[in-house]
Amino acid sequence: MNRIKIKYLKGVLIPLFFITSLSFNFLFSQEEQILTGKKLFNTHCAACHKVKKKAIGPAMRGVSEKYDREWLYSWIKNSASMIKSGDPQAVAIWEEYNRTAMNAFPQLSNVDIDNILAYADYIPPVPVVAQSLPVSSGGENTGNYNDLILIALVLVFLILTAMLILVKRTLIRIASASGVKIVSEKKPKDNIALSILSAFAKNQFLVISSVILLMLSSGYYVYAWMMQVGIDEGYMPVQPIHYSHKIHSGANKIECKYCHSSARVSKHSGIPSLNVCMNCHKNIAEYNGEEDLENGYDRDFYTNEIKKLYAAVGWDEDNQVYTGKTQPVKWVRIHNLPDHVYFNHAQHVEVANIECQKCHGPVEEMEIMYQYSPLTMGWCINCHRESNIDLKGNEYYKKIHEELSKKYGVEKLTVAQMGGLECGKCHY
Amino acid sequence: MKKNKKYWKSSEELKKGSKILSEFKNKEFIQKLPEDIFNTNKQALEDSSTNRRDFLKYVGFSTAAASIAACEGPVINSVPYVVQPDEIIPGNANYYASSIADGYDYRNILVKTREGRPIKIKQNKDAISLGECNARVLASVLSLYDSKRLKGPKVNGLDIDWDDFDQKIVSKLKNLYEQDKRVVLLTHTIPSPTTQKIINKFISKFPNIKHVVYDSISSSETLDAFESLFGIRAFVDYDFSKAETIVSIDADFLGDWQGGGYEGGYSKGRIPKSSKGKSSMSYHIQFESNMSLTGANADKRIPCRQEIMKKIVLEIHSKIFDRDFNNYKELSEFDEKNNSIISDVIKRLRKSGKKSLVVSGIQNVEIQKMILEINQKLSSDSFDIENPRIIHQGKNSDVKDLVDGILDGSIKGILTFGIDPGYTLPMGIDFVKALQEVDLSVVFSMKENETSAGAEYIAAVPHYLESWGDYEFKLGHYSLAQPTIQPLFNTRQFQDILLKWSGDNSLYYSEIKKNWNENILKGKSWNKSLHDGVYISNKKFNPKRNKKDFKYNLFSSLNSSNDDSIDLILYTKIGMGDGNQANNPWLQEFPDPISRTTWDNYLTVSVKDAKKFGFKNYNVANGGLNGSYAKIEAAGKEIIAPVLIQPGQAEGTMGLAFGYGKIQGVKEEMQIGVNAFKLYANFQKIQSAKVSLHENKFHEFACIQLHNTLMGRGDIIKETTLDIFNSEDKSHWNPVPVVSKNHIEIPVNSDEVDMWDSFDRSIGHHFNMSIDLNACTGCGACIIACHSENNVPVVGKREVRKSRDLHWLRIDRYYSSEQSFESDNEAVDAISGLGETLTVMDEMENANENPEVSFQPIMCQHCNHAPCETVCPVAATSHGRQGQNHMAYNRCVGTRYCANNCPYKVRRFNWFRYNKNDEFDYNMNDDLGRMVLNPDVVVRSRGVMEKCSMCIQMTQKTILDAKLEGRKIIDGEFQTACSQACGSNAIVFGDINDSDSKIKKLKEDDRSYHLLESVGTKPNVVYQTKITNKDIS
Repeated sequence: MNRIKIKYLKGVLIPLFFITSLSFNFLFSQEEQILTGKKLFNTHCAACHKVKKKAIGPAMRGVSEKYDREWLYSWIKNSASMIKSGDPQAVAIWEEYNRTAMNAFPQLSNVDIDNILAYADYIPPVPVVAQSLPVSSGGENTGNYNDLILIALVLVFLILTAMLILVKRTLIRIASASGVKIVSEKKPKDNIALSILSAFAKNQFLVISSVILLMLSSGYYVYAWMMQVGIDEGYMPVQPIHYSHKIHSGANKIECKYCHSSARVSKHSGIPSLNVCMNCHKNIAEYNGEEDLENGYDRDFYTNEIKKLYAAVGWDEDNQVYTGKTQPVKWVRIHNLPDHVYFNHAQHVEVANIECQKCHGPVEEMEIMYQYSPLTMGWCINCHRESNIDLKGNEYYKKIHEELSKKYGVEKLTVAQMGGLECGKCHY
Repeated sequence: MKKNKKYWKSSEELKKGSKILSEFKNKEFIQKLPEDIFNTNKQALEDSSTNRRDFLKYVGFSTAAASIAACEGPVINSVPYVVQPDEIIPGNANYYASSIADGYDYRNILVKTREGRPIKIKQNKDAISLGECNARVLASVLSLYDSKRLKGPKVNGLDIDWDDFDQKIVSKLKNLYEQDKRVVLLTHTIPSPTTQKIINKFISKFPNIKHVVYDSISSSETLDAFESLFGIRAFVDYDFSKAETIVSIDADFLGDWQGGGYEGGYSKGRIPKSSKGKSSMSYHIQFESNMSLTGANADKRIPCRQEIMKKIVLEIHSKIFDRDFNNYKELSEFDEKNNSIISDVIKRLRKSGKKSLVVSGIQNVEIQKMILEINQKLSSDSFDIENPRIIHQGKNSDVKDLVDGILDGSIKGILTFGIDPGYTLPMGIDFVKALQEVDLSVVFSMKENETSAGAEYIAAVPHYLESWGDYEFKLGHYSLAQPTIQPLFNTRQFQDILLKWSGDNSLYYSEIKKNWNENILKGKSWNKSLHDGVYISNKKFNPKRNKKDFKYNLFSSLNSSNDDSIDLILYTKIGMGDGNQANNPWLQEFPDPISRTTWDNYLTVSVKDAKKFGFKNYNVANGGLNGSYAKIEAAGKEIIAPVLIQPGQAEGTMGLAFGYGKIQGVKEEMQIGVNAFKLYANFQKIQSAKVSLHENKFHEFACIQLHNTLMGRGDIIKETTLDIFNSEDKSHWNPVPVVSKNHIEIPVNSDEVDMWDSFDRSIGHHFNMSIDLNACTGCGACIIACHSENNVPVVGKREVRKSRDLHWLRIDRYYSSEQSFESDNEAVDAISGLGETLTVMDEMENANENPEVSFQPIMCQHCNHAPCETVCPVAATSHGRQGQNHMAYNRCVGTRYCANNCPYKVRRFNWFRYNKNDEFDYNMNDDLGRMVLNPDVVVRSRGVMEKCSMCIQMTQKTILDAKLEGRKIIDGEFQTACSQACGSNAIVFGDINDSDSKIKKLKEDDRSYHLLESVGTKPNVVYQTKITNKDIS
C-alpha cells in the first residue's frame, strides 16, 4: 500500500516541481503585466467574456494565438468598423455570436491589450490540491479492502468456533468413554459487595436521600429534555443544493436583503426565486474562491452545485440561453413558526431596523444554514422586553411615543411598553 | 316609547310559559353532555376489573409514550418560484378590479389575491353603481374552488381534448346549416359589448342560429313595459338616496329586484339628517305578501295579496294623473282601512313631489307602464332614465318558443351558456329528455348540471375569476373583468370558443381591447380602465316616449281568485338567489335574514293560515325547530315542502324560495330543499295553488332564531319614532340605565358604581365600531365577508340545528309589536306547562299578523370590562390596549366558561375539527377548497373557543403600512371585514383617539348606546338607536 502511494506521489510531484520552477521564472518577469491585465480584464471585459469559457463573447484564452496581434488591436478598439469594412474574420465572429456587436474600447492602448491577453493566456500553477486527490481515493480503497478483511475474519472465526465445538464434543465423548466425571464449577458468592449493599439498604436515611437526589437530578434532565421538544435550535437539514451563506454573505459580502428582498415589505423574508440567483450566476459559472477541504468542499464541488442551479432554472451554459425546462427547487424549510403565530419580517427589519443576524445568527459564517435561535415564545418576549423602539424619525410613532414615555417616565420605550406583549399582537 | 314595545325573535317566545324558552334563557349550551354514548354497555363497564384509577394510569402512560414517540418533527419544504412574477411578493396581497356577471348577479368588484390565489371579494369603491356586493357575490370566490367543477370538455360523459371537441361540433354545426335546421344559442343576459359582437360574428357564420336570452328569474314584463314606452329593453335605475317618500308595491329592492344593489342609496336616506334643528329621514311604505327584506325595513308594511296591490297602483295612478276613469271607480272600492292608507300615500307623494318614488315588482306590463308614468309625472329625482340598467334582457315569449321548439323536435341544435334550463324551467325534466333527441346539444358550463345530464357535449368554461370580460351594466357605465388566477382546469372561455368556431383564431382578450380602444375609450387609457375596473362614458339614453294614449287592459288580470286556493309566491332568498351557487357551503349556511333558517327552503305560511290548514311549528328540547309538511298543488304539479310559520305573511298567501333542490353538480349534503322552479309556470312568480297538510311527519329545520337568546333582556334594541326623536330629549328615548347605590339612582356608566379598575386608553389607538340600526338592512353581506376574512368554518346542517354554528357575526332579527312586556309577564305567570303553538295561537295572532322588524348585527362587543376575560382559567382571552379582546386559540383549553359568562352570546366553540376531517365535506376538507383560506388568520382546531377579533389582522396591517411609510394613519384606513363589506355604511370602524374621526362623532352621537349597558361591560361597539318615520303626514 505505502509503496504504491509513494510511487504515485512521485509521479505527481516531479512534474509539479518542474512546472512550478518554470512558472516561477515566467511569473517574476511577467507578474506585473498579468496583474495589470487582470485589473483591466475585470473592468472592461468581464461583463461579456470569461477566460476559459464562452459567455456572451468568446473565451479569451487562446485568442492571441488564433488571431494576428495587430488585428486584435484594431478589433478591440473598434470592432464595428471592421465588420462594416467587411473583414472576413470580423464578420465571421459577428455571425457566430448572433450579430451582437462588441463594445468599442478606444481608450485601451496596445500595451493594455497586451496585458489583458497576457492575463488571459496565463495559466496559474496547478495548486497543491492535487495531492489530496490520491489520498482520498486511497482512503476509499482501504474502505473496500477493510470490508473484505472483515468478511474474511468473520468467516475464519465462524470456522474456528465450529471447530472448537466439534473438538469439545469429541473430548467429552472421550472423557465419558474413559469414565471421567465432569463437574461444572460454581461461582463463589461476592460477599463483600453484598454486605455493602445490605448495609446501604439498612441505612434508611441514605436510601431516602439518594432516592431524592436521583429523582431531582433525573427530573432536571427530563424537564430539560422535554422543554426542547419541538424546539429546533440547531436544525441543519441537508438542502437539495449546497448553498453556502458563508461564501455569498461572508466572502462576497452580499447584502442579505438583496436576495431576501421581500423581508423589507412583507411578512415573509422569502426564499429568493431562481431568477435572482441568475442575476449573478449567469456570469459566475464556476467557483474560484476558497475551499474547505476538511469537509470535502473543493472547487469542483461548488461548481457542481452551480450546475445544479443551472439545471433547475433551465440555463444552457454552452449556448447561453434558457431552455425553458425548469425544475423548481424543493428547499427544506428551517425556520418554522407554528401556524398560530403571526410574525412579520417587515416590522422587524424595516421598521425596527434589526440586523438579520440578531435572530438568524452569524449567517455569514454558516457553510450550511441552521436555526440559530430557539424561536420560542419566551425568546420573542425577552427581546420585546429589552429592545427599545427605533423611532428613526418615523411620523407614526411620534405622538404615541411622546405620550407613553411621559406616562412611564422613561426616555425610550421598550417594545413591551408599547404593547408588544399583548397576546393578540402575534396570535390571531 | 321603549317601555310599551315588545320584542321577540320567535313565535315560541309569545307562548306563555314555554319550557324550552326558559331553558334557553338559563343555559348557554342547551344540549346535555353526550355521556350516554359512552355508557352503552353499562354491565360490561361495571364488571370490568379496570377501575378508574387504573384507567387513568394507562391513559397517562400511553399518552406520554405516544408523545415521546411522536417527537420527530416533519420535514417541511419550501418551493420558491423559478421566475418570480414582478407583481407578486410572497406575504403581501394584491388587489384587482373586476366584475361578476353570472346571469343573476351583476356587480363591480375588487378581488384580493394572495400568492396568486383570489381569497376575498370586496366592493369596488370606484364604481358609481352596482358596487355594493351582496352575500352571493362575496361568497362567489368560494365557487371558484368548487371541487365539483369540470376538469375539461366532455362528450357523452367521456373526456375529450379541445381540438377534437371543436372539430366535431363545427362539422355538426356546418351540417345543420347546410340542412337549414333551426339551432338556438341560449344564454343568460350578457350585457357585454364585445361578447355581443362575437355572438353576431358567430351567427353570421351560421345564420341558422338564433340567439335567445333567458333569465332564470324573469323580469320580462318590466322590460316589455319599458320597451313599449321607450323602445329599448332596460330597467330604469333608481337613486333611493334622493327620495323622501318611497312607495314600494311588491318591489324587494333591498333584495334582488331589478338586479338589486340599492341598499347604499336607500340607507343614506334612512339616517336622520339634521337641518334647522329638525331631523328628517325618508318615509318608506311597503305593500307585499311575503315578508321580504325590504318590507322588514319599511316604516309601514301592509301585508296584502296581489289583487289589492294592483288596485293600489291603479288608484295611485288615477289620483296622480287626476283622471277619472269610470272603470277605476268600481275597482277602487277598497275597504275603509285600505282607503285611508291610499289617501295617506297619495298625500305624501304629492307633498314630496320630486322627492318621491314609486316602485313595483308586479309582473304585469300595464302596471309597470303605470309605474313609469307615475314617476315621470312626479318628475322624481330618483328616477334615472338616462342611464338605465341593461342587465336583464330575457323575453318570455322567445323562451316559450324555444322550449316548444325543443319539446316538439323542430329545433335540431341547442347551445346553452351560463344557465341551467333543465333545473330552472318548470318542465325541466321533459326539456332534458328532449335534449337527448336533438342533433347537437352543447352545454357551456363550469359544472355538470341538470341540463348537461341530457346534453351530448359539455364545454368546460372557467369561473369568472379566471376570465376576461367586458360589460355595460348600466348604459354608458362600462366595466372590465380580468383573470385573477391562472385557469385551474382545462377550460376555455365561452367567447374564445365561439371565436374559434367562427373560424377566428384571435382571443376574447384581444377582441375586448380592440373593441374598447375603437368604440368605447376613444383615446382614453385602457390601462387605467383596467386598473379601475370601470369606465364611465358620457353616453346617455334619450327617452323619446312612444306616443300612445292610456289604454289599459287590466280587467283580465284583476280577476279575484276563488276562495279555496291561495297565492303561492315564489321568491328568491338573498343567500341563494336562483341557485347557481347551490354548491357553495358558505351560502347554504348563511341564515336567511328574515326566517333565520339555514340549509333549507320552506313554505312560509301566516299564522292564521297555519291554523286553518293545521300546520305546526315547534321546538324540540335541543332548540331545533320542527315543522309540518305541506302538499302544494300548483301549475299542474305537486310538491311536498316543509312549513315555516312566518309572522307578517299576508293571509291567503304562502312563499317558497327558488334556488334549492338542485341535484347535479352539488355535493350530497347540499342537495337540500325543494325545487320551486317546477311551479314557475309561464314565468309567473305568483301561482294559484292548493295546499294541504301532508302526513303527520315533521321536518327538521336548522333554524338559529332561538339560539343565543339574550336571557329575556328587553332593551337590547332601542327604537323610537322620528317625532319623539325630534321633540323629546335624549334622556327620554335613549336613557342610560340607572342602578341603585345607597338607595340613590346613579347612571350605570358613572365611575361611582363601577366595580372595575379602569385603564387609561387615551394613548395610541382605541378601536370602536358603530352599528347604525337605521342604516342596517339586514342583508348579511357582512356575515359572508367575515367568513372569508377569518376562515370561519362551515359546520353543516346537523350541527347548526344543535346551535353549533360558528358565525362570528350574526344578525339578530327581532319582531316587535305595540304590546307591552308588563302585561305579558303577568300572563306568563298565570299559565304554566309546555304549550304547542296552536294552543296559544289566538293571543299570538295579533302580534304575528304584521310585526315590525328590527335587525341587529351582533359580534363580540370587545368589552373594556369583559366578563369572559375574568373567568378564563388559563388567561387565553385578554385585553389589548387598542380595545380589542384578544383570543389566543392555542392557549385555550376549552372550558367554555367564557361563553357562559358572555352576556352577548358571541363566543363560539369548536365542537369538532372542521378542517381536514372526513366527517365533514365542506371547503376546508378538500385541497381545492382550502385555497380560499386567508393565510394571515389561523385555522382553529377542535376544542377551542373562537370569536370576532375585530379583524385584528387588518388593523395590524394598517398600522404596519403606516409605520413602513413613516406616516400617521388617516381616518377611514382602519377597517374590518364587516365594515368594508357593508354596502349601506351601517358599520363604521375607527380609532376614537383620533379626535377628527367619524367614529368619535358617532360614539358621542345622541343616538348611540351600548348593548345591555346596565351590565357595565363598557363595550367598544356602539349601536345607533333605530328611528322609524311614523310621522302622520
